[in-house]
Amino acid sequence: MDTIFALSSGTPPAGIAVVRISGTQAGAALAALAGAIPPARRAHLTDLRDDAGALLDRALVLWFPGPGSVTGEDLAELHLHGGRAVVAAVERALGGLPGLRRAEAGEFTRRAFFNGRIDLAEAEGLADLLAAETEIQRASAITMAGGALSREVEGWRERLLHLSAQVEAVLDFEDESDVGKLPANFANEIGPLAGALAEALDTPSAEVLREGYRVALAGPPNVGKSTLFNALVDSEAAITAPQAGTTRDIIERPVALSGIPFTFVDMAGLRDCCDDAIERIGIDRARGEVERADLVLWLGPEHDGPSGAWEIEARLDVPTHTRKATARHRVSAVSGENIAELKRALASHAAEAMPKPGVNALNRRQRALMQIAHAALVDGMNQSDPLLLAESLRQGRVAFDALVGRTATEDVLDALFGRFCIGK
Amino acid sequence: MSAHDILVVGGGHAGCEAAAVAARMGARVGLISFDPAKIGAMSCNPAIGGLGKGHLVREVDAFDGLIARAADAAAIHYRMLNRSKGSAVWGPRVQADRDLFRAYVQQAIARQPGLEVISGEAAALLLAGDHVEGVVFADGSQLEANAVILCTGTFLGGTLFRGEERMTGGRIGEDTAQRLAAQLREASLPMARLKTGTPPRLDGRTIDWGRLEEQPSDADPWTMSPLTLVRRNPQVSCAITRTNAASHDVIRANLHRSPLFTGAIDAAGPRYCPSIEDKIHRFGDREGHQVFLEPEGLATHLVYPNGISTSLPVDVQLTMLQTMQGLERVEMVVPGYAVEYDHVDPRSLGADLQMRSIRGLYCAGQINGTTGYEEAAAQGLYAGMHAAASVKGTAAAPLDRANSYIAVMVDDLTLHGVSEPYRMLTARAEYRLRLRANNAATRLTPLAITAGCVNDERLSWFEEREAQRQTWQEALQETIPATRLAAANLRVRTDAGRQTIAAWLRFPGIDLVALSPWLPGELDPSNELAKEVEEDCAYAPYLERQEGELRDLRASDAVSLAVDFPYHQVPGLSNEMVERLSAARPASLGTAGRIRGITPAALAAVLVHARRRAA
Repeated sequence: MDTIFALSSGTPPAGIAVVRISGTQAGAALAALAGAIPPARRAHLTDLRDDAGALLDRALVLWFPGPGSVTGEDLAELHLHGGRAVVAAVERALGGLPGLRRAEAGEFTRRAFFNGRIDLAEAEGLADLLAAETEIQRASAITMAGGALSREVEGWRERLLHLSAQVEAVLDFEDESDVGKLPANFANEIGPLAGALAEALDTPSAEVLREGYRVALAGPPNVGKSTLFNALVDSEAAITAPQAGTTRDIIERPVALSGIPFTFVDMAGLRDCCDDAIERIGIDRARGEVERADLVLWLGPEHDGPSGAWEIEARLDVPTHTRKATARHRVSAVSGENIAELKRALASHAAEAMPKPGVNALNRRQRALMQIAHAALVDGMNQSDPLLLAESLRQGRVAFDALVGRTATEDVLDALFGRFCIGK
Repeated sequence: MSAHDILVVGGGHAGCEAAAVAARMGARVGLISFDPAKIGAMSCNPAIGGLGKGHLVREVDAFDGLIARAADAAAIHYRMLNRSKGSAVWGPRVQADRDLFRAYVQQAIARQPGLEVISGEAAALLLAGDHVEGVVFADGSQLEANAVILCTGTFLGGTLFRGEERMTGGRIGEDTAQRLAAQLREASLPMARLKTGTPPRLDGRTIDWGRLEEQPSDADPWTMSPLTLVRRNPQVSCAITRTNAASHDVIRANLHRSPLFTGAIDAAGPRYCPSIEDKIHRFGDREGHQVFLEPEGLATHLVYPNGISTSLPVDVQLTMLQTMQGLERVEMVVPGYAVEYDHVDPRSLGADLQMRSIRGLYCAGQINGTTGYEEAAAQGLYAGMHAAASVKGTAAAPLDRANSYIAVMVDDLTLHGVSEPYRMLTARAEYRLRLRANNAATRLTPLAITAGCVNDERLSWFEEREAQRQTWQEALQETIPATRLAAANLRVRTDAGRQTIAAWLRFPGIDLVALSPWLPGELDPSNELAKEVEEDCAYAPYLERQEGELRDLRASDAVSLAVDFPYHQVPGLSNEMVERLSAARPASLGTAGRIRGITPAALAAVLVHARRRAA
């Protein structure tokens, strides 16, 4: 496998820049630049030179021999002065060494996973951690990277194995030995586990963090959605014109309000009649967006919006604007009146929907598997045939195994034999 | 040229199936037995089938094996276990008359062309390098063959225990294969010891049957093999009694005289078929344990008390028996005993049950650490098929965990090894809903036909059945509107629309009998095939959900790992992982994933390394 290198810190210029080298040639690369391999796991100040002997930088270097390194391979770190030219020169020198190439996105993490340094859930957490742009994203990702999800799934899996063992005992032994029937209220024993899953599914998802809290602006055509959108995202992102039906496509813009990631969505006005095929497609998409959004700001006639939407009385600057008795906010995007208040309210509302630090935030893959597990348990609770109940529980186990990436049916038998007197 | 392609050592359930299938496939087979009159003997309980085991019997039958038809020929009591549950875990089980069973097997062996019975003691293997070339007999004579299948049961280094008594043998009153065992140990094959046991045999005339709960034979006329058209023998009832506080006191007072507790036997016995002293010791809080009294045959008074296998001294056995209801005046004909025997660590076998270090040598049955006639028969069939395919240069039937219990067992054995005698359980099969006892023919007979394991009679039976299935498949595509079902008093929502018969069968309470007005007249909605078709439809939603899982399974099974895969060179693999993988030598990434204790990270590392090697 190639030895890879990459700038592992932020975009230069910066105070320092960290370049990582991982793979079998990492030691050779380090020796080529620094002249020798320093003692393992000790910071060492040294001159770095290219193959012509020219000084590239005076840098702090660290040497982590595999497999005890973060990637599981031989790993070197070069802590350089963080100027663009310095980094470029070092990268050029590394690229010229045999067997070395620039790392692809996420490749260090992938190697750590392949080399058994982290499991799947931890790898995903780490990926989120690296992508974190705001404080709230970082706090959540570090929980996942620490293996908190794996531990929680392991706990669920144990409980499920225990339940499966009881059903399997009934299936394989009831007729020929002293194993009793399944208790009539067995569904009650599945209930708490299904409840725990439902609760976990109910927590905010990692996507909310990564993609932002999704706020859609909705209402009939020409009520000022795009104007408000622009005021909220502080730019002229959407096309605005005083003619009904101007915004035919979906326009979204990620912004951070008070450190909370948002995605604002502007779209076609919702109306029933229109002959324009293109606009009709736009309206269909808009309806989809209303479904998908975490929150809808409703600019149309009072009480006509989707349930849960915030009633917004817009265009305060226009004397003939529609008034609302129950408006949550009354704003003018043109004068900026009350826009700051609306932003503050959105930020504190969205913060509630964000994963709390220390709580597992599931990403889409994890959530889908958890949903399968949850659905399987609920299905099992409604099964009167223990065979189908066992199949439902098995599907739950498969989903848990996939969550952390493992499989085992022998475990069930172990759990089973410890608890029953089985024999003819 | 030698007279035999394949020599099978041992005429038990594994040996007979191995020899018969190899001969059906056209190999010239010699079946070696100490005593040809004992071929096909049932050495423990007089029953065939049961939960998980019944599946194996039907699967062996789907390959045209002997065991199901032998069981039918000998059956004096039929019982479908687990009938209250879904049909995928129904367990067909029969009580078999020992004499009739043995007679059927011996006749089938005698009639099989290409199969010769050889009387004698196989004392050693004829080895040349890492190849087996034949068998040396105790009298010094030799026979050559391309492959040898060891089906020695408990005869390999067997020792019998009863109280303070010790006897050498694999079965009471019979010889043992000590010399062969010694040779295998010298060949540094990984060997270990296991134990099993058998209960005392009772004189049925001294049992007070009138005081006991009776268990009659099933009234509906199912059979073990679909090729058995009618039950032949008169049916007898079994009875149920229980151990009680007095029996437990007798056992507890004498535990120190049981070889299991004196330390004389230290091999592991089966957790699911424990001796009665084990049960009392481990689950002493129970008030009593069920004992099934099973008649051993029509022409004998012997009764087998299922559930009290024991190696207590003879006097204690009798005292214990007489504490039980109905057995107060019972007489014991043969006392129970425990047997400790050698087995080969099945992890030294490949996925074809061939020894990795000795080519041409196959092992099947108890020698691989399993227990049970059915497990033995299934392995015999499997090893015999692979040996014959290898000798003849043809392909064995492709079996995997998603199409057969046989493959589940072979996969478990060769990957995990055994720490106790291995018994089939439905819980071992992930895809249990597909692997029903009643669809074994559909699943496996086509594969068996291709592999050449099937005689003409089964072939024409199967072709006829497939033709009927085709008619069924067409009938199932007929659509019926909900309103018409409702009009026929079936409980469906009238807004459920128009659906195919196949789809309607997914609704609870709707079966083919209820839908018979919409079926072609010539189709009988209550026969075996109809049941199978009906269950396919009812389980369809679950089977569809498994599709993704099966795709993953087959994808990872497609990544093959060489026998000499250098696990120690895979970066990031811990010593523990290297050890487990090197011991099991998985044939593919899929099998590697099923090795106990292998972490996902280790699998990923192996996958990467395998890809790199392939590139």
